[in-house]
Amino acid sequence: MKTENAAEAQIERWRQAQGRHRAMTEDDVAELEDHLRAQMADLRAVGLDDEEAFLVAAKRLGQADAVSREFAQEHSDRLWQQLSLGEAAGAAGRAGRELFAVLALAAGAGLTVLGLTRWLDGGAVLARNLGFAVLPWLVAYFVWRRGARRADVVSVLGVAAALAAAVNLFPFAPGGSTEALTALHLPVALWGLAGVVYCGGWGLAGRRLMDFVRFSGELAIYYVLIALGGGVLVGLLVAAVSSLGHDLGWLVGDWVLPLGMPGALVVAAWLVDAKQGLIENIAPVLTKIFTPLTLVMLLAIVPVMVAAGDLVQIDRDDLMVFDAILMLVVALVLFAASARERLAPAGLFDWLQFALVAAALAVDAAVLAAMVGRIAEWGTSPNKLAALGLNVLLAAQLVGAGVLAARFGLRRAPFASLERWHTGYLPVYCLWAAVVALVFPLAFSFR
Amino acid sequence: MRIDKDLVAASATPLVLGILATGPSYGYAIQKQISELSGGRLSWADGMLYPLLHRLEAGGHIEATWGASKGGRRRKVYAITGRGLGQLESRREQWSIVAEALHQVWRAAQVAPPPPLPAPARTAAS
Repeated sequence: MKTENAAEAQIERWRQAQGRHRAMTEDDVAELEDHLRAQMADLRAVGLDDEEAFLVAAKRLGQADAVSREFAQEHSDRLWQQLSLGEAAGAAGRAGRELFAVLALAAGAGLTVLGLTRWLDGGAVLARNLGFAVLPWLVAYFVWRRGARRADVVSVLGVAAALAAAVNLFPFAPGGSTEALTALHLPVALWGLAGVVYCGGWGLAGRRLMDFVRFSGELAIYYVLIALGGGVLVGLLVAAVSSLGHDLGWLVGDWVLPLGMPGALVVAAWLVDAKQGLIENIAPVLTKIFTPLTLVMLLAIVPVMVAAGDLVQIDRDDLMVFDAILMLVVALVLFAASARERLAPAGLFDWLQFALVAAALAVDAAVLAAMVGRIAEWGTSPNKLAALGLNVLLAAQLVGAGVLAARFGLRRAPFASLERWHTGYLPVYCLWAAVVALVFPLAFSFR
Repeated sequence: MRIDKDLVAASATPLVLGILATGPSYGYAIQKQISELSGGRLSWADGMLYPLLHRLEAGGHIEATWGASKGGRRRKVYAITGRGLGQLESRREQWSIVAEALHQVWRAAQVAPPPPLPAPARTAAS
């Protein structure tokens, strides 16, 4: 009896050691424990005592590190969270150096943008060049943080330089809509380029791309938090100083925003990597809060649309609003997919996501018809075509997502197929953004 | 005889799918069966089977349910899916092509002038 208890205690210690590896969930450990116990039973049957059986079985099961590494390779979604931890684990002194390097990169990004605002005379020229000022610093961060092949970095920066040259040589008509469209779409294409460096190549392997999606979502959360906090501080400062009779408004526009906004982006990127566990726990909660809320919002729109009747009369700016709604739904669905435990079976939440996609498509079908109606009635324009193109792309992704989500819900397809669909689709947006930024000005003679 | 690492890895998926095609099973039993089928010569480090099982599960080739062992503990039991059967069939075809080609190579190697060392497997593998 005593040896049995001793063996149980050993199994308990073994289980805790396995559980410490973050690539393993409780279920994984339970499965391995079942293996361990079965092996021990077989060994006892050939005459080993409890303790010997445990030692042999545990040894055979592989050293905890080796097994967890294999698990980590299979579950790279769980691994990436400890990439940075594993690095940082040893050294407290390194943490200081790391912070210094991040702040240096953030300062670099901020100063570049600050210089650009002084050099260029504001307005449209500045707007379409901002992305090019930030991208190299973000790429530098990725390279420093996770390494990259030289060929990838060179090709990405080369493409960025070619884009920069093109959009600055274009003879845009002042105040034209293609100029605004280019400024609006370039950041998306540039974010795709950053993704190439992040994912370690142009191949954009599915799982790595999903990591980049998650990274982007968490970056957005951190960025908003930093911006909110910074906004409150600066607002209080300006209010306090102005109550004493001084005006600090110039400080905000001329210094704080140009320095702070790009700098915060680099810092937020670092926070995503360094403080992994934090947002990782929030992300699924956020998607679970906002999926039903967004669904309610969409369902509230439908009766209003039906009551409105003739949708062709909708103003163009309002059509942009519907693009924004679809983008929100796609972002929610994507972020939820990236934060999801891949092996978990389909549940209520997956059906909720399906309902969200279906509702968004129903609303969009009406809007799409309206857009086509507008173009048929008043002819095409760069703005209408850009809005229509984006809408078609978003709708196509949602149709695919809806079909696969239903199949997953009915257990006809694994979740991985949904994931593959999303990751395979993402580069399309970057290509479309590049087309709008580059081809539209040419096609519409820079109007 | 130790079997080459790459060969073990390449044969792992069809072996696991093939065993599950005969009925649901769990990790330890699958591994034991593979060991028995190869007369103990094809054995993996024990923990390595599970990442493969999870990969197949994520790909929808097999599906898992939680059952209980005889001792009443939680046990993850795997069963093959329709998709997995399709995958197994495709692997079987691939392997039989490879096996057929190798078979002919072995035969030709035996007919040819005597090799310097009685180790035709090594020269063919390199």
